[in-house]
Amino acid sequence: MEQRIDAEQVRKVAKLARLALTEAEIEEFTGQLGAILGYVEKMNELDTTGVEPLAHCLPISNVLRADEVRPSLGTDMTLSNAPDSDGPFFKVPKILDEGAA
Amino acid sequence: MALHELTALELRDRIAAGTLSSVEATRAVLDRIERLDPTVGAYLAVFADRALESAQAVDRRIAAGEKVGPLAGVPLAVKDVLCTSFGATTCGSKILENFHAPYDATVIRRLQAADAVIVGKTNMDEFAMGSSTENSGYRKTANPWDTSRVPGGSSGGSAAAVAARLCQAALGSDTGGSIRQPASFCGVVGLKPTYGRVSRYGLVAYGSSLDQVGPITQSVADAALLLQVIAGHDPCDSTSVSEELAPVEDYLTRLNEPLERLRIGVASDFNAGADPAVREAIDRAVEGYRQAGAQIVELAMPHLDYAIAAYYVIATAEASSNLARYDGVHYGYRTKDPSDYIEVYSKSREEAFGKEVKRRIMLGTYALSSGYYDAYYLKALKVRNLIRGDFVRAFERCDCMMMPVAPTTAFAFGEKADDPLKMYLSDIYTIAVNLAGIPGISVPCGFDEAGMPIGLQVIGPAFSEARLLRIARMHEARTDWHTKRPALAG
Repeated sequence: MEQRIDAEQVRKVAKLARLALTEAEIEEFTGQLGAILGYVEKMNELDTTGVEPLAHCLPISNVLRADEVRPSLGTDMTLSNAPDSDGPFFKVPKILDEGAA
Repeated sequence: MALHELTALELRDRIAAGTLSSVEATRAVLDRIERLDPTVGAYLAVFADRALESAQAVDRRIAAGEKVGPLAGVPLAVKDVLCTSFGATTCGSKILENFHAPYDATVIRRLQAADAVIVGKTNMDEFAMGSSTENSGYRKTANPWDTSRVPGGSSGGSAAAVAARLCQAALGSDTGGSIRQPASFCGVVGLKPTYGRVSRYGLVAYGSSLDQVGPITQSVADAALLLQVIAGHDPCDSTSVSEELAPVEDYLTRLNEPLERLRIGVASDFNAGADPAVREAIDRAVEGYRQAGAQIVELAMPHLDYAIAAYYVIATAEASSNLARYDGVHYGYRTKDPSDYIEVYSKSREEAFGKEVKRRIMLGTYALSSGYYDAYYLKALKVRNLIRGDFVRAFERCDCMMMPVAPTTAFAFGEKADDPLKMYLSDIYTIAVNLAGIPGISVPCGFDEAGMPIGLQVIGPAFSEARLLRIARMHEARTDWHTKRPALAG
């Protein structure tokens, strides 16, 4: 049977998903995702020509409301769960290399 | 009658009448939690002091003759997927271990406005991903009927808490069966409302087009009571429907009136996949309706066999997008000593997410990635439309459908934990209801030879909750399955 997904693809998807998977996980997921995708391809038994994709079931779209200013959380509350902060800011490691700016 | 033998409605009425205080009722529940929860493991957090304060406040107001809400003084539990401004909101995940939500979910606000007493938050599969609560990052929850078995999932903590009478009733959430299946496994009632009936504001998102909050209770009347409180439009959730589109009905007043000339749809071929004990219990329940005058309509539901395939693409695709917010920056766990900003994301997520969550993020990311989108995601949305069509046609010929909730009764710990696909396949009878956005309820309808509970699933058209509850009540009124309690609960 054709392999649906290989370790290289799993690595690529992990990078897209921002998951630093271990080698053991990559191996495990390669097998498991392959099996799940194999099952999912059961959908190909169905002819869906002319069938509209259904993203959700409600007869509503584009719910609008007046653009009014309302109270929001505020800085203290917003930062209260931050792993690291500095004054009114979220703090993260440096994004740009020295001199790259 | 001991307090834990009372339903939420019965308890509510006694408190309102002044023959029982909310403090007594709340203390009784807290005592039971202390005594039994080390065995059951239903709770992630218990708010004893806060609960007793709420109970005292209700008692004072009743003594002063003030008007109180429809859940005044009743001790309830809520699944830890719901944001609360008190205690942590972990969603069963280590990534949110110390997360304190800055606001209450709308359903929490509504429970509190109804003067309910929230005693604690219940265990769940991490981010509601699972069918056994084994994926919790914190603890194992046992099935009160047999502690070597799972309670179902993902709302396993809420269902186990209700079954063991560690609260009078609870809220869960249901994306692919996560209210109905644990309710069935634990021998209690579980209602997944129509998508849009209940606000999702403050419900931690898994699959946004599928998620819905609903009650897990000892009786159909309790489910009606809780739904009445939590249902309705919320300006904070644009997918909660307006009163004009689908008004909230009165779920309790006519609950005991049986429906005349009821037409029940059954898809025998589809039901054949369930274990013999489950099939027998469902057949017996349907036969009970027939004897009471209902007409049974045989239905072909050709696309239901594809529901699991479509679901595990759509739900994981939505999850991969929803869970991108756990980035180690704004809230939640951050890895120690990241070498660069990418590692803030990728190592925080790697270290704090459990395996099933990573697996679903991977699957969803793959299904949405360039080159695979059409083959998987778009195809799944089309299949979803075909599944919805099956139900639309079915409800032209019947008022409701009946089928099993799960193909088996509660399984042993570890039985399916190593094989994700095997676990996914156990969702066969619940998932299509979420894809079609319609309501479904699980009511106790028997036990297998090992003494494990079996649930009957009743499914109705969108926004038919009032009728659905009445139909479920017809079964409950003629049987005594719902009055059975696990030995552990006393």
